[in-house]
Amino acid sequence: MNTVSLALRNLLRNRRRSLTTLLAMMVGLVAILLFGGYRSNIIYGTQTGFVQQTGHLQVQRRGYFLDGGDNPTAYGIANYPQLIERIRQDPELAPMLAVVTPTLQLGGIAGNFAAGVSRSVMAIGLIPEDRNRMYQWNDLGVVSYAKPLPLAGAAEDTVIVGTGVARRLNLCALLDAPDCRPGRAHTASDGAALPDDIAALTAVEKASPQPAGENRIEMLAATARGAPNVASLNVIKANNMGIKALDDVYMVMHLAQAQRLIFGTATPQVTAILVQLHHTWQIPAARARLNALLAEHFKEADLEILDFETLNPMYRQTNEFMGSMFSFIALLIGVIVLFTIGNTMSTAVVERTAEIGTLRAMGLRRAGIRRLFVCEALLLGLAGSALGVLCALIIAYAINHSGWSWTPPGYSYAYLILVRVGQDLPLLVGSVLGMLGVTLLSAWWPARRAAKLVIVDALRHA
Amino acid sequence: MHPVSLHQVGKTYRLGAVDVPALSDITLDIHQGAFTVLSGPSGSGKTTLLNLIGCIDMPDRGKITVAGRQVQSMPDDALSDFRARHIGFIFQNFNLIPVLSARENVEYPLVLAGVAAPERRKRVEALMDAVGLSDRQRNLPAQLSGGQRQRVAIARALATAPPLVLADEPTANLDSHTGAEIIALMRRMQREQDVSFVFSSHDPQVHAAADEIIFIRDGRITGIEGGRA
Repeated sequence: MNTVSLALRNLLRNRRRSLTTLLAMMVGLVAILLFGGYRSNIIYGTQTGFVQQTGHLQVQRRGYFLDGGDNPTAYGIANYPQLIERIRQDPELAPMLAVVTPTLQLGGIAGNFAAGVSRSVMAIGLIPEDRNRMYQWNDLGVVSYAKPLPLAGAAEDTVIVGTGVARRLNLCALLDAPDCRPGRAHTASDGAALPDDIAALTAVEKASPQPAGENRIEMLAATARGAPNVASLNVIKANNMGIKALDDVYMVMHLAQAQRLIFGTATPQVTAILVQLHHTWQIPAARARLNALLAEHFKEADLEILDFETLNPMYRQTNEFMGSMFSFIALLIGVIVLFTIGNTMSTAVVERTAEIGTLRAMGLRRAGIRRLFVCEALLLGLAGSALGVLCALIIAYAINHSGWSWTPPGYSYAYLILVRVGQDLPLLVGSVLGMLGVTLLSAWWPARRAAKLVIVDALRHA
Repeated sequence: MHPVSLHQVGKTYRLGAVDVPALSDITLDIHQGAFTVLSGPSGSGKTTLLNLIGCIDMPDRGKITVAGRQVQSMPDDALSDFRARHIGFIFQNFNLIPVLSARENVEYPLVLAGVAAPERRKRVEALMDAVGLSDRQRNLPAQLSGGQRQRVAIARALATAPPLVLADEPTANLDSHTGAEIIALMRRMQREQDVSFVFSSHDPQVHAAADEIIFIRDGRITGIEGGRA
């Protein structure tokens, strides 16, 4: 017979009350775990998406991220092949690396002259095979929405556009959209309104017959010397990019094609080198080593290293938003559980006042009384936590296999509703410890009150 | 040496803004191995005196010596340990722990006193046998009659073999026949174990069994009958 055994028997003395308290804790913990699991899924999913798209770290010319987005020529990295080779060969970095690949981002105007339409686009020149390897990164085990780029193995003039771009360029063949209408034919007045050089280019395009089955567009961009340059491109796919604002400007092309468009016959450059690591937690070590490499071998290039959180401010914003919501909900539930257990323990103290007096008279110290009530609460907390975790796992399993989906604000396609309860150990452990902490806190005051009872007053309650 | 000595002990309770004297200038020695009864009408102060002797209440004035130690200056934890080893309690309402079996109730003071498990088992067996409840050891208090519960309480009070056992109206909630049995049992145990018993009671049966009767009225000792000092 010890304190735990006595505490357990005391809990079983009023089973209905103990069960009610247990249920309150269980429901509270289930709510916290389910929302926490949902939050984790969003955070991990967002992180995975960003890491797949931008890598963990990027090497850029200093200032490019903030000021150079529309000026690739001013912020180009000329000696990028040497830099990439140095990174890949570094014995300290190599074990951490999943993919190292260059990219060139450029802005321009895409036009479908056959349809008489054009629009601004933000194009990314990349090495498709590298990107497809990046899309396979899923260290956090989420449902990945990234699909391989069909550019791999395709001709250099092939591109992929967002569905928004395809719609604006009337590339109806690429869209499964009944309301997409092919554009009107050119008229003489269209050409007259254009500057001479563009009109001339248009004439060239009009003269070139479009091969059957191809969706030809023209891409106009400014070269490094400021002159306009045009590339004829074959759109092979329209991808839904998830976020509409991106979907309306998105274009992906081969790096070599992008470099020819911007740099012509000059030395090709890139605007960033993407470094994807095997694990996100390797970022600090990888960043430190990269900094050392840059300082040692590429000091004159004036490069800086940015992590994916900096490159994608939305990740941190999402994290903070979901974190604040989780904290608020957890706080509300914690307060409810606090008062429920506190009430249960206070009632127990009142009901057992004479018993407390008897125990004290027999020689149980004040600390022993405190320990007894805290132990009762702790047992309640452990049982409530165990049942809560079990219920949350069952409900999470049911939700994850229900196929429910929703479309987040700003997104143009639905995401599966998933909750990561079993897969998120910190959430599980943190929530259970939090619940036990609340349990102890709520029991502390009644236990203290019980311990401070005057023995002769307590005995009079008999 | 007397197991209990009180010298000019006084105790006053405060009820709202009024001071109510419960005991005044009590000077008293309880004799070793005696069956002592504190007798007096309700509100006379006998339970207060019993509480002071039992170290569960402290006097405002005077000195109390129990088992050779002055108790009024002891810190709370030391006092708890002292009670666990030196004083047994028997209550009017039995005050058994309802979630513990009869056997466990008797064992509990031994746990508090830090007695090892094998020794506990031996002593509990002997005590349960002595109070005639060997066959009821596993029963919860709610499954026992009033007399049986008080027998368990007596065994519990004697578990640590204390030099002093205090009983507050031990027969008040029992019928006269059971009360007589309980008095006989306590008397037998007191003699067998050479323990000093102090009762508060106005039960004539208890008075008849007493070695010494201390009469209290209005918080003062008004007489002592059958004293051996």
